[in-house]
Amino acid sequence: MNVPDQSGFNQSEFNQSGLAAARPDFAAIAAWIPQGALVLDLGCGDGSLLRYLKDTRNIHGYGVEIDDANIEACILNGINVIQGNLDSGLSGFENNAFDYVILSQTLQATRHTERLMQEMLRVGREGIVSFPNFGYWKNRLQILRGNMPVSKELPYQWYDTPNVHLCTLHDFESFCSQHRINILDHRVMTDEHAVNFLPNLLGSTAVYRFQRGK
Amino acid sequence: MSSLSQSVGIVRAQRAQFDTPLQCQSGAVLPRYELVYETYGTLNADKSNAILVCHALSGHHHVAGYYADDEKNSTQEKNPKEKNIGWWDNMVGPGKPIDTNKFFVLGLNNLGGCSGSTGPSSTNPETGQPYGASFPLVTVEDWVESQARLADRLGIQQFAAVLGGSLGGMQAMQWSLSYPERVRHVLAIATAPRLTTENIAFNDVARNAILTDPDFHGGNFYQHGVVPTRGLRLARMLGHITYLSDDAMSDKFGRGLRAGKYSFNYDIEFEIESYLRYQGDKFAAHFDANTYLLMTKALDYFDPARKFNGDLNHAFAAARASFLVVSFTTDWRFAPELSRTIVKSLLHNRRNVSYAEISSTHGHDSFLMQHEHYHKVMRAYLNNIAREFSA
Repeated sequence: MNVPDQSGFNQSEFNQSGLAAARPDFAAIAAWIPQGALVLDLGCGDGSLLRYLKDTRNIHGYGVEIDDANIEACILNGINVIQGNLDSGLSGFENNAFDYVILSQTLQATRHTERLMQEMLRVGREGIVSFPNFGYWKNRLQILRGNMPVSKELPYQWYDTPNVHLCTLHDFESFCSQHRINILDHRVMTDEHAVNFLPNLLGSTAVYRFQRGK
Repeated sequence: MSSLSQSVGIVRAQRAQFDTPLQCQSGAVLPRYELVYETYGTLNADKSNAILVCHALSGHHHVAGYYADDEKNSTQEKNPKEKNIGWWDNMVGPGKPIDTNKFFVLGLNNLGGCSGSTGPSSTNPETGQPYGASFPLVTVEDWVESQARLADRLGIQQFAAVLGGSLGGMQAMQWSLSYPERVRHVLAIATAPRLTTENIAFNDVARNAILTDPDFHGGNFYQHGVVPTRGLRLARMLGHITYLSDDAMSDKFGRGLRAGKYSFNYDIEFEIESYLRYQGDKFAAHFDANTYLLMTKALDYFDPARKFNGDLNHAFAAARASFLVVSFTTDWRFAPELSRTIVKSLLHNRRNVSYAEISSTHGHDSFLMQHEHYHKVMRAYLNNIAREFSA
């Protein structure tokens, strides 16, 4: 039996500019996070965001991930990862344990979204969420034409999508005000370009930073 | 199946004699003792690539490879399964997750064992008789102390990693508490920060099987020329049930009958009975009853939080190592919940920690099995460790 050489990953070759282009929300998130912050990334995938924040912000980070292949990828990436299901809550984490709790492109795939948002603000001082804007004009156009949207941000067919809680910018903002969540800042973008004009129509991705309301 | 091309090949056990008395947690003192060990791979120039593999209840120093006399036997069409291959040969070897091309791997038989290190069945030089009941109840902390002395002897100031499953995982964790500066990584697999009540209860039934065997003679059975085989095999049968999962047992044996029909007597009828009795007999033929008792007590006593009013967060405050914690979904004796407790305390102390919960049907024994995802997780973590000293 041959065992493939798995030593391919080289930290110094980690391409940060390439990553930032592929995931424009990364740069927006990094801009908010101070050097050396304690960060929890929920649904951290292969650990790319944490790796990016470690390299650019020297953060101390942990990821939570459910998928076996992603657990392997995070460990290969040199990222702390805790295997767990976000839909069972964050009971493994103490109150106010982190400076920032991030939910990057995962909100729309969580089942108990309300509880998870509250849990984020229990374990973290601030929360950061990025999600695809369902109100983006191209999505609206596809629905107008009679089809569920399929795009770079929403790459799934209706029958195989993990996304059960898609929302628009407006929806998210009213959710926050109804749940006494204080929005501190936000960025809207399409690809890597910032969108300031009619963001709910022209922005494909949004990133929000928030805290518990007083 | 582990192919021989990736085996560390022929290995040889070594011995180290220690004449500095060991002060045990119980208050007892062992004036001198021997540890038997094996090593695989090559210690690098700055001695930074050493890994200590700690064994579980019935393990020993023979972690990987096989002995020269076995190879001789193997040419006479001996079933490779019958060869005395190390107990973790699927994990340790050239190109395996614990890669002996990169690491210098050390395995030893713990003090109190029955595979060559000083234990209850060894001769006490002061009396000329086997220690028997007079051998002290050594603890996980005592083992770590004795392992540190062996590391000193080999010139290893700091381990790249200390790891183990079950009781071995307890030793690995204890290393990070007893010698925080001497271990960079701890891999704690299928283990617990302390046993549950139910787990202690299982151990007590196993001990009672041995203690009440008429051939036990209060632990001094050696002088009587007998072995408490009945007690030992019952203890092993019980243990074995708890190391498997209901599903694994059902899949393997179901309600299968050896004769195909009920025979209305108490002979071996169900396949599972046959299997358990075989396992019990095999174990009782080579394992020492006093060692079994001692190992189960070491399991029961391990509780690093005890000194801190039960506060595990406080206990782990001393640790400096990075951790990989691994559990298995069907392990009900060392359930994933217990591993998550370890992770929570490590997070509290902001230690680097990763946690993998492996989907496996094999219960507690999963940690010894060849499992693709489990081995990939181990390989990924260990490759990163190797990068620290090869860079």
